[in-house]
Amino acid sequence: MYHTGEVDVHAVRGISLEIFPGEFVAVMGASGSGKSTLMNLTGCLDRPTSGCYWLDGIDVSTLDRDALADVRNEKIGFVFQGFNLLSRTSALENTEMPMLYHRHRIQSHEQRDHAMHALDLVGLGDRADHHPNQLSGGQQQRVAIARALVNKPSLLLADEPTGNLDSQTSIEIMGVFQKLNDQGITIVMVTHELDIARYTRRNVILRDGNIVGDTPVADRLNAEKELQQLRAAQQAVKLAS
Amino acid sequence: MRIFASLKIAGRALRRNKMRSLLTMLGIIIGVGAVIGSVSLTSGATKQVEDQVSSLGESVITVFSGNFTSGAMRGGWGSAPTLTLADALAIAGLKNVVAVSPEVRDRAQVLANGLNWNTQVMGESPDYPQIRNWGIASGVMFSEQDVRSLAKSAVIGKTVADQLFPNENPVGQTIRIRNLPFLIVGVLASKGFNLFGQDQDDTVVVPYTSHMHRITTRIFLNDILVEAANDKVIDSVQNDITDLLLTRHRSKEQDFTVRNQLELMQAVTATSRAMSFLLAGVAAVSLVVGGIGIMNIMLVSVTERTREIGIRMAVGARGSDILVQFLIEAVTLSAIGGSIGIIGGVGFSKIVAYIKDMPTVTPVTWIAIAFISSAIIGIISGFYPAWKASKLDPIDALHYE
Repeated sequence: MYHTGEVDVHAVRGISLEIFPGEFVAVMGASGSGKSTLMNLTGCLDRPTSGCYWLDGIDVSTLDRDALADVRNEKIGFVFQGFNLLSRTSALENTEMPMLYHRHRIQSHEQRDHAMHALDLVGLGDRADHHPNQLSGGQQQRVAIARALVNKPSLLLADEPTGNLDSQTSIEIMGVFQKLNDQGITIVMVTHELDIARYTRRNVILRDGNIVGDTPVADRLNAEKELQQLRAAQQAVKLAS
Repeated sequence: MRIFASLKIAGRALRRNKMRSLLTMLGIIIGVGAVIGSVSLTSGATKQVEDQVSSLGESVITVFSGNFTSGAMRGGWGSAPTLTLADALAIAGLKNVVAVSPEVRDRAQVLANGLNWNTQVMGESPDYPQIRNWGIASGVMFSEQDVRSLAKSAVIGKTVADQLFPNENPVGQTIRIRNLPFLIVGVLASKGFNLFGQDQDDTVVVPYTSHMHRITTRIFLNDILVEAANDKVIDSVQNDITDLLLTRHRSKEQDFTVRNQLELMQAVTATSRAMSFLLAGVAAVSLVVGGIGIMNIMLVSVTERTREIGIRMAVGARGSDILVQFLIEAVTLSAIGGSIGIIGGVGFSKIVAYIKDMPTVTPVTWIAIAFISSAIIGIISGFYPAWKASKLDPIDALHYE
């Protein structure tokens, strides 16, 4: 429940949603449908006014600000639409950042190793010392994914991760997500693009704060194959001209 | 608290904005530089004064005769003849008094070696060099026997020796004072200028009896120099002298003045201390201004980096982490500024010392005070912006444009 001015707005109500480890869920809905609120609650950025939220065995809805910060640090990795990297800071340092706030101190060289490993996972190991302004949008989003992964979270939360990317790069990013999901990482992604949602395994549709659809994806797209097709088509266009 | 991580983050943030960091520090640099520079110069001057005063002898008490009043006109100290030789002898009998010299002064033209020179002729006792802490460079001091016999013996200062005997040893030569030939028995060591800029070496010292009976015809003394056993008994000796002279002069009003070198030193150093407080006050104001500059820039920085704060909070930074990060940035700015200011202030005082040929001393306590106060200013001026940053809501901060 949200308080905006005098009127209480129930941004999300009566939602009961269970997400199991290893799932890849797309949350869809028009703007104002409660996606963002659901996302903020799931990401422990906010607490519900009523109801509860269990994450990895913890009732998060009762925690205070500091405890929420610790939960975010250890259990959740965020990927945003606008990448949200620190400017004038190398990809490696951006990736190291969540470890600076870890409850247990992580040695500098360990931070480096973990961050390099995460960058390798998203295929950016060779660009570790590049600053965001030297990277393309897709590469910046990969750095953001590496940053989200570095503390080995139980849940990867992506808020419109392809919203600022062209279609080919979007498919590339979805490929990264699919690869990570195949390795057992749980991903919840908010999107309003239907074709992007088809790369996930389960689609949840929201309208006016209610869940109106929750279906497994039948015709799941494979990012790898789509990319190959796209490249072949481009090649064909080039040959034709 | 993850201080180490916060230090690392603060260091990165400051390095990202080198020019702004330097300009922000400028206020503190100038403030601390001004404090250290002014304190170095004034404590150098104070130390010089203290050295000079202690070279006069710290346990010396001077008794001046009273002031002369004619109608409404009042003369200065020593203008009224009230002190007699008998007073001096009585003082010599007091407890804890180790040496006494009745002093009579006169200016006279002295002749020797075909040259002449106007100088101060002093009548003193043989204890004079001991009381004034003054060595004899060559020859000897005249003796008690010379005093008793009104001997025509003289000890001359370095300046007089240089003026009258440019290339000779004055000891054994004759100097004429008011046409009376005196035998030079010794030359005083060079003592340089005193606190008031007088050349102390420009003097001729003769037995006080010879001065009072041969050179002048006086029965009163200008003053009496008294040396106490040590500087702890100065106050009691001073009181004894006052009591003794009041009784001897049978006057209700005190027709003499008793002063010691410590008081003189305090009077002189009080001036320079007041000066250094004034300078420190001005510098403190500029430190406060510097602190306001830091607060201003930190507030701008917090607003500018709202999104960064949101990102940090989203990946797990607690409010306290953000608070510490911005506090450390502010303290680092002011501490580095303070350090540069200290180096600059010391450098400035050394340059002045070199150009103006003045001694400078930078007390370690002031360096510590300057450094600590600039760090404290960093904490104070950084706290509000840091607190503001730590209270941001992560959702709002993330969506801040």
